[in-house]
Amino acid sequence: MSADITMTSNVTGSQRYYLPQPSPYPVLVSAALLVLFIGSGLRVNGVGAGSWLMAAGLLLLLYAVVHWFSGVIAESRGGVYHRWESRSFRLGMIWFIISEIVLFATFFAVLFYERRISVPWLASLDPRFSPWPGFVGGWPTAGPAGHRFATIGPLGIPLVNTILLLSSGATVTWAHWGLKENRRQQLIAGLIVTILLGAVFVLLQAYEFHHAYTELGLTLGSGVYGATFFMLTGLHGLHVTVGLVMLTTILGRSLKGHFSAEHRFAVEAVSWYWHFVDVVWLCLFVLVYSV
Amino acid sequence: MSSVSAYVNEHEHEHDHKPRGLARWLFTTNHKDIGILYMLFGVTFFLVGGLFAELIRAQLIHPANHVLTPELYNQAITLHGLVMVFAALMPVTAGFANYVIPLMIGAPDMALPRLNNWGFWLLPPAAVVLVFPGILQLFGVGNGPIDTGWTIYAPLSVRSGLGVDFAIFAIVLLGASSLMASINIIVTIFNMRAPGVTMMKLPLFAWSWLITAFLLIAVFPALIAGGLMLLTDRHFGTHFFSAAGGGDPVLWEHLFWFFGHPEVYILLLPTAGLLSHILSAFARKPIFGYRAQVYAYWTIGVLSVIVWAHHMFTSGMPIAGQLYFMYSTMAISIPVTVLFICWLGTIWRGALSFETPMLFALGYIGLFGIGGLTGLTLADAVADQQYHNSYYLVAHFHYTLFGGPIMGVMAAAYFYLPKITGHMYSERAGRWHFWLCIIGFNLTFIPQFLAGIAGAERRVVDYPIQFAGFHMASSIGAFILGAAQLLLVYNIVVAWRGRTEPASARVWEGAQGLEFTLPSPPPYHTFAERPAVV
Repeated sequence: MSADITMTSNVTGSQRYYLPQPSPYPVLVSAALLVLFIGSGLRVNGVGAGSWLMAAGLLLLLYAVVHWFSGVIAESRGGVYHRWESRSFRLGMIWFIISEIVLFATFFAVLFYERRISVPWLASLDPRFSPWPGFVGGWPTAGPAGHRFATIGPLGIPLVNTILLLSSGATVTWAHWGLKENRRQQLIAGLIVTILLGAVFVLLQAYEFHHAYTELGLTLGSGVYGATFFMLTGLHGLHVTVGLVMLTTILGRSLKGHFSAEHRFAVEAVSWYWHFVDVVWLCLFVLVYSV
Repeated sequence: MSSVSAYVNEHEHEHDHKPRGLARWLFTTNHKDIGILYMLFGVTFFLVGGLFAELIRAQLIHPANHVLTPELYNQAITLHGLVMVFAALMPVTAGFANYVIPLMIGAPDMALPRLNNWGFWLLPPAAVVLVFPGILQLFGVGNGPIDTGWTIYAPLSVRSGLGVDFAIFAIVLLGASSLMASINIIVTIFNMRAPGVTMMKLPLFAWSWLITAFLLIAVFPALIAGGLMLLTDRHFGTHFFSAAGGGDPVLWEHLFWFFGHPEVYILLLPTAGLLSHILSAFARKPIFGYRAQVYAYWTIGVLSVIVWAHHMFTSGMPIAGQLYFMYSTMAISIPVTVLFICWLGTIWRGALSFETPMLFALGYIGLFGIGGLTGLTLADAVADQQYHNSYYLVAHFHYTLFGGPIMGVMAAAYFYLPKITGHMYSERAGRWHFWLCIIGFNLTFIPQFLAGIAGAERRVVDYPIQFAGFHMASSIGAFILGAAQLLLVYNIVVAWRGRTEPASARVWEGAQGLEFTLPSPPPYHTFAERPAVV
């Protein structure tokens, strides 16, 4: 790069990027994760202290995250964020969601691999050499050594859940439109309806999981079908729950009057996240429950 | 609302003094501090990973040796791989990105400074989690750290001890760290460039890291997903990697290599970018083929995510799959060759001088070239049946990853050390470091090519007596190579203590770029006022 460099002296104030002061919270979050993961590693191997460490790690994590975000909100209220900073946040959120998409895409790829490759291959082994000569494959399957189970059809709770989540996607957009035109009542009403729809979704999913475990015999141990089903829907349910926490935070801030048509990054980020969770559910509904 | 006014007041003040003591490093939001932390962490674990390598070579110096037990040997090879890739090379390249990219593009800092700090501070917990089973073993719990090889293949990893669980958690932390760093670098490059720094004026190092960050975001979540599946297979009764439940151990290989192959380019690309700057500086010529190199990065990035199963030719794959992965893998040699031609074009008829950074840069071209050529033979699906799992593969891998990224990092370390510390290192020690590296490295790995072609298996604690000569030479080379790294530490200390000749702003006569318009060392905060690049 042989660019000629000159320093400009007539820089206006708005061209100054806000640089935060040193903060103890990032390193605290990492310390919390250290305790949490050491606890988890001990817990899954049946070492008694593991559960306590996990609980301590989670509490510390909660404390650090709440304080980290409080600081950011205070800065936002203090008016240090302008268009330049806001663009960083927006780009950051977009790329974070892209990384989440890859995470889910991996599990969908695993589903594809099982249905199209590993199960058909296992079924097409020469019976003289196969440890399970009677295995015929097909989908759903618990595998050659698995137990019997029933699946959840698409038309019951899953269809209701699809309608709930799609509606919540519409209501969060409606709330966002309200904010863009500084109609605070519409923002608040839209958020409340979205949270209610999302909460009912999570409750129905919990009911469905319980039903699967107790009555259908469908568990994590039900071969590749059960494993993939619970990993995908479970991970999605976790994301919906996190989305609900984010929406509730935004609702609380809206009630305090934090947002305006000009200052609306947090609302937008949460609504993007919510749409992402929505689209993942649509893929789940089609690829896991229906096809 | 007192906290609000506090934040605003602090914003209005101008701080150029640094916070003091430990708190500075723990709580910092400054890209230079964070860059230095990354680099020191990387160098430390480079030495730790090297120590594991020396243990391996000490065990293998002659047949039927008893330096390590077979259990410890398996742990040593696993930790050598994981530490070198995740705790040494990746942090160092992220460190250069943090320190240099904002200076190169005229940005006041990274775009998301607190996230930046978190990205670094996820690394030490990951290292602790990885080796924690070693501590547990002292108290009679479990059988020590992970021992499956760094590829963590199922079904061995499903059956192996608790070290695997902790390794999975360490990978989750490392993944979070890499993703946060990648997001930050992408946002910084997109949003923080000084006016006039258009994308096609972006320094090549920034370009190469941009593609690296895209790759990390595209593939690291897949490894995290694989880790979660391994964890549930081990403890929660799932059958992702077990045929009894309709799963497949080869599925793990797919997930691992979908991450693992691009990982090679994740390590390589940042140093390829740095190499172009260094060659240009010491040839006193502008970079040759800037545009071609940018397109080559893109091509390498795209190709690298669709070739992963060439690591699995011997795992069982239909002929069509073997052909596809063979040809797509070989296609990568085209953009890589473009890079080589551009590097040679940059130094062609230049006024060359051979300071330590230039020596390492030229070493890079030579050694990485051998790595690339032997890679072509391994990519041949038929020939690979012979080479796979032999020492030939080990030698190829090390020519690629030591010959490329590590030589590149050394070149960059000597190139930027005076800029960062403000003082010169010892040129004499630097040259010794280079030549001992070259001699030690080739002595270590040329015999491994030969042993591999003769059929020596890798990853085994002992070997047939016919390979004794190769292994003896290889171990002697490894000891030379290991000892040589002390000269790197010496040079870092020399420059850091600052009793040597001060470095000028330009540092090197031919150095180009915005970072060389700043004093050495640059002030704590730079470009608070945006520079204009014409």
